[in-house]
Amino acid sequence: MNKSWQVTLKEWREVFKNKMVLYVIVFMPILFILIPLITLYQMSGSGALSEMAGSADQIPAEMVSMCEGLSGAACAQYLVVIQFLLLFLIMPVMIPATIASYSIVGEKSTKTLEPLLATPITTIELLLGKSMAAVIPAVTVTWISFVAFIVGTIIILGNTDLVTLILSPMWLLLIFGVAPLLSVFGVSAAVMISTRVNDPRVAEQIPSLVIIPLIGLFMAQTFGLIQMNLSVTIWIALILLVIDIVMLYIATQLFQREKILTKWK
Amino acid sequence: MTEMIVTNNISKKFGELTAVDRLNISIPQGEVFGLLGPNGAGKTTTLRMLTSLIAPTSGEASVAGYKVGTDDYEIRKNVGILTESPGMYDRLSAERNLAFFASLYEVEDPDTQIKKYLQMLGLWQRRREEVGTFSKGMKQKLAIARALLHEPRVLLLDEPTSGLDPVAAKMVRDFISELKEEGRTIMICTHNLDEADRLCDRVAVFQTELLALDTPANLRRQLYERSVVFHLSDAKETYAESIRKYDFVRSCQVLDNKLVISLPDPEERNPELVNLLVKQGAEIQFIGEIRHSLEDVYLHLINNNIKEEINE
Repeated sequence: MNKSWQVTLKEWREVFKNKMVLYVIVFMPILFILIPLITLYQMSGSGALSEMAGSADQIPAEMVSMCEGLSGAACAQYLVVIQFLLLFLIMPVMIPATIASYSIVGEKSTKTLEPLLATPITTIELLLGKSMAAVIPAVTVTWISFVAFIVGTIIILGNTDLVTLILSPMWLLLIFGVAPLLSVFGVSAAVMISTRVNDPRVAEQIPSLVIIPLIGLFMAQTFGLIQMNLSVTIWIALILLVIDIVMLYIATQLFQREKILTKWK
Repeated sequence: MTEMIVTNNISKKFGELTAVDRLNISIPQGEVFGLLGPNGAGKTTTLRMLTSLIAPTSGEASVAGYKVGTDDYEIRKNVGILTESPGMYDRLSAERNLAFFASLYEVEDPDTQIKKYLQMLGLWQRRREEVGTFSKGMKQKLAIARALLHEPRVLLLDEPTSGLDPVAAKMVRDFISELKEEGRTIMICTHNLDEADRLCDRVAVFQTELLALDTPANLRRQLYERSVVFHLSDAKETYAESIRKYDFVRSCQVLDNKLVISLPDPEERNPELVNLLVKQGAEIQFIGEIRHSLEDVYLHLINNNIKEEINE
């Protein structure tokens, strides 16, 4: 574990000096917080939310049921806010994919991998170190951004009932359980792809495709095809956990010293 | 004497391509061993097999008493490697680079070790600077420091003076000699034949398979007859004719004011030749031996091997 932690610290010292990575880690959360807050602010100022509340009878019953006793206006606000919460599930996938891609493919391009592999570090220790280096900042940034978004929402909408609903077990599980699992997924995918490509951008982009099923999930919810609740969220978390374990296993198997040294050019 | 590196018929194939074919070497403790061969000869593949980075397709090898393929962790712990490219982290300082590797090698007193080798290699003053600002030579020296941090008993150095200026290259060579004095076993892969001649106790000329293995002096003897050259004030053909009458003389030629004589044992026969020439009135200015370089030996072996391959 100590060696893994040393790898993590080394990665942070090195990767965060890469401007591309730094931009993703700093600017993506800022954008993901500011865009929804500005939108909410404009909607509340323009009366759009009141209009939505006025036509609450036109909102699908499946969606209204998600409001769990909120008044018409609050329900409308909640339905808008949860669309933005999707961003906080995209972030933990995008950030670690960027870090992990640069961390592994970067070792290829700078030819630092061979001396590293020649040390008495196991593949598991090495990958764990690199994964922690990607997952920890991603999850931390996601949580901080989520808290900042909640605080901003309270300030703009002044509705604590709404916050109570956002801080329901389902959303807490999504942000504090599913988000880290998505992060691990992003890293595993980046590791797997990094062992096969030479360009960090390719390794970074492919894991990002995971956001497509995420968007699909929320679209299905919006159109009432599925209803997100705590039990569905628990199932998603469990399925993701299994996928993560399988992905980590495959990533470890793919990360073979001999292939990496002889095939990577 | 303890054998620190032993390979027993190790081969490595990549698909249809044979990179290393049945290599047999045995290197005792404290020896500096040179592995010489052209690009693509399989030198780096051999080093990688000896550090358990890649597995031999067949055969067995042991390093520092540990078996390749089964004791890989122990081998990595006891071997220091200088890879073809220094492979240092450009965005970290020299000190941070070494501290990172010291932690992976589980070095007990990393600060002392880092200071020791940075000072020995003349990098202590620049320890806090990012490695990206270093010259190639400085990076190479830093990579050598990394290879030594954990005080390995066996050192595998791939082109240790590659890209270094003459002063830095000499420093590294002197440093390798010091390491030999400490009793470490060192294997050097190099194209620099003069360096191999000066540093190595034995050399192996290698091109996928072993072509020759011996001390540089013995390799010269095996391939070339010994020749002495007598510098005279006035070399005459008559001197050469009288010298050719000796049975032990293989050949004698007059070149300008020199007599070039091929013979098997100059140390024993030279006095006889000197007496003869003096009696004949020759004025000997000085006597020397024509010394074939390791490069001559190397080119002879490699070119012969290429010709054999073409004939096959």
